[in-house]
Amino acid sequence: MNSPLNISRRTFLKASALVVGGLVIAFSIPTAKRFLMPGAAQDNAGAAAPKFPEPNAFLRIGTDNTITVMLAHSEMGQSIWTTLPMLIAEELDADWSKIKVEHAAAAPAYIHTAYGIQITGGSSTTWSEFDRYRQAGALTRLLLIGAAAEKLGVAAESLKTENGFVISGDTKVSYGELTEIAAKLETPKAVVLKDPKDWKVIGKATKRLDGPEKINGTAVFGQDIHFDGLMTAMVARSPVFGGTVKSFDASATKQIKGVRNVVQVPTGVAVIADHYWAAKQGRDALKVEWDLGPNANLDSAVMLTEYRALATKPGLVAAQLGDSKTELPKAAKSIEAEYALPYLAHSPMEPLNCSVRIDKDACEIWTGTQMQGTDQQAAAKILGLKPEQVKIHTLFLGGGFGRRANPAADFVSEAVQVAKAAGVPVKTVWSREDDVHGGYYRPMYLHQAKVGVSADGSPVAWEHVTVGQSIMLGTPFEAFMIKNGVDATSVEGIADSPYLKSIPNYHVSLHTVKASIPVLWWRSVGHSHSAFVMESLIDELAHAANKDPLDYRRELLKGHPRHLAALNLAAEKAEWGKPLPKGVYRGIAVHESFGSFVAQVAEVSVNQGEVKVHRMVCAIDCGLAVNPDSLKAQMESSISFGLGAAMQSEITFKEGKVQQSNFHDYLVLRMKDMPKVDVHIVPSTEKMGGVGEPGLPPVAPAVTNAIFAATGKRIRQLPIGNQLA
Amino acid sequence: MITLNVNGKEQQLDVSDDMPILWALRDVMHLTGTKFGCGMAQCGACTVHVDGQPTRACITPVSAAVGKKIVTIEDVQNDKVGQAVQAAWSEIDVVQCGYCQSGQIMAATALLTTNQTPTDADIDAAMSGNICRCGTYPRIRAAIHAAATKLA
Repeated sequence: MNSPLNISRRTFLKASALVVGGLVIAFSIPTAKRFLMPGAAQDNAGAAAPKFPEPNAFLRIGTDNTITVMLAHSEMGQSIWTTLPMLIAEELDADWSKIKVEHAAAAPAYIHTAYGIQITGGSSTTWSEFDRYRQAGALTRLLLIGAAAEKLGVAAESLKTENGFVISGDTKVSYGELTEIAAKLETPKAVVLKDPKDWKVIGKATKRLDGPEKINGTAVFGQDIHFDGLMTAMVARSPVFGGTVKSFDASATKQIKGVRNVVQVPTGVAVIADHYWAAKQGRDALKVEWDLGPNANLDSAVMLTEYRALATKPGLVAAQLGDSKTELPKAAKSIEAEYALPYLAHSPMEPLNCSVRIDKDACEIWTGTQMQGTDQQAAAKILGLKPEQVKIHTLFLGGGFGRRANPAADFVSEAVQVAKAAGVPVKTVWSREDDVHGGYYRPMYLHQAKVGVSADGSPVAWEHVTVGQSIMLGTPFEAFMIKNGVDATSVEGIADSPYLKSIPNYHVSLHTVKASIPVLWWRSVGHSHSAFVMESLIDELAHAANKDPLDYRRELLKGHPRHLAALNLAAEKAEWGKPLPKGVYRGIAVHESFGSFVAQVAEVSVNQGEVKVHRMVCAIDCGLAVNPDSLKAQMESSISFGLGAAMQSEITFKEGKVQQSNFHDYLVLRMKDMPKVDVHIVPSTEKMGGVGEPGLPPVAPAVTNAIFAATGKRIRQLPIGNQLA
Repeated sequence: MITLNVNGKEQQLDVSDDMPILWALRDVMHLTGTKFGCGMAQCGACTVHVDGQPTRACITPVSAAVGKKIVTIEDVQNDKVGQAVQAAWSEIDVVQCGYCQSGQIMAATALLTTNQTPTDADIDAAMSGNICRCGTYPRIRAAIHAAATKLA
């Protein structure tokens, strides 16, 4: 960990002239090439020194001692607004009270260190920035020490830093006083990061820096943007995916006070008004005749039947070992099961919105997005501009969960089209109904599995067929995420399951269904369905073997210490095996996703068909926990999000239309159904994983396994809904 | 023209009678702390106080608030209970994305104003109309109890 990093001159540029009276640190580190998107910048550093656009910088020190940290990723609740500054503050020995935070612009400097595009996703922010942000802090500290040495006329080696000051004996010079000298100094050629034993910030539970403004209502989300001349638009979109406008009559709309214009855009008809209320009333009054297109008969119940028919045959091979076909019939016993999961909407609390101002040779966009670079390129293409002529202002995201990271840049592209057609600056706002109807769902999936077990109950052959739409198909990620026709995200958690590794024969295959329903990653992506299926199946096997579900898992996971550590910690803290109050039963699940290992024990009772989850005990090994409290918050969050989906959420289609519309029928978890949550962190120096998503996959199976313990009924279809009634 | 009393100030607004208070606050007065989440009183993100009552601003027309006092998140710190709630929110570090929190704080303040010692069941009843997709519910519950203790 105590590694000197050589930073070449061209990858570490100071741009002090950009900010008056302050020091701007700008540098970038070549992007790892293993996961680069086609067309993404191949190497940030480039062959020649890049001309960094303002504000291509990770931090800025003002003469008033403020340290402004630029976030290469978007804050959507996961607390990177605090975690990334912690990394800089650690190495910089900064005064934490002087830290300010800003979202960075869309610029090459902020390209993800592993993914090759500017993106917040995959639970990757903290591990992917762990080096880059620490280096930014460490390099800045060296510059400030150099400046202090010059100012005080002492040797740099004699100086130390503490809490925002360079200290020489009894003399203290604040960082702000050193910025002008530091800006003129030769760039350090190498930097040594702190030994973990010297960390004062990393690993300490640290309060959120965005807390105060989110408590007093001053935090600015995309929805809150206002400037003179900004109009509000609502778009009438086809009630069926793929439908188009045949004709429209806006005469009643134009009678509404505050409606200024009605324009057709590629996605429908936009009503431009002084404010939301006029835009909504105007849209309600709009008469649109739609050509519903080829999907007018879409029916998710029919689709599920088709999926079931497909699943009777193996699909494209995702993982294979031995000869399951021959070995399955020879097994002492076999278990067959079918699992199904519905389409799900992300429905973040802040409905989608995007403000756009188009000027000559320039465009400015204000929105909450997880994919600035993609949005920038999409806007530029629509307007015939160069990407760098499109400026993206990222505001706080009122939740993302994947919906605001869209390779199709849907809500940004539409807002640009609206502003272009209207000829005025416009904020395009979606209603909650627009959001629920708007697609980009977690796909519906069907799984069929046949597992042969030996006389002692151990699995010896496993055949598994998954059917569903591909998230990656048709996106720029297709080239490296789809191999031999298999979208890795459709089978993640199955094809690479640790359980399968303990079995001599397995065959995992996939049918990718081409449907016209737009799909997207939804918190925990493929793991959102695969963990439910795998952890339920393992529970079925344990029960069939008449073994304790915990012991059964321990046996199969012998060679997987991180799974075991999480499993054992959760079991210990939940006091697995000890009696519970009458009527309360336990279920357990463990799953790896995004590099982290999470086990959960659910305590559940079922009364007259009604499921009550009393407590969730959660244990996670994510490697180093940079901010243990925000890690706990993410576990609580994932449990709430996953539990709501498991209990009640589903998007269904009938006659081409989505049958749900708002929170009265797209049901999510509410306070009364939130269990007590106990989170325990496995002390770990293993490779860092993510925390935003890995808490979600084990939730549904832990709960349904507890339901089985309570009732003997195996839930094989989500949501649980009223299946127990 | 319609006259509203918002956060202690009388304001004249040129809006239609049926405009929900939410849009008068957000799009006309540019008080954006009160949030739009569902538009049909299902999520509570728009919760404000009208004469002290927690009210869903997204379905309540401005005409219904004439002659009454509207208090929003921007002014709740001037209320003793609101101040305690905000302090507890800070102490427990409740927020995540933050979008629903104005509504949560307004709902919690209304609860603690009428019930100084809420039980978990009271909290369930008062707060289940306020959705948080980030799942800050356990911390909201803890913060309400903490504020109650502080106010006692």
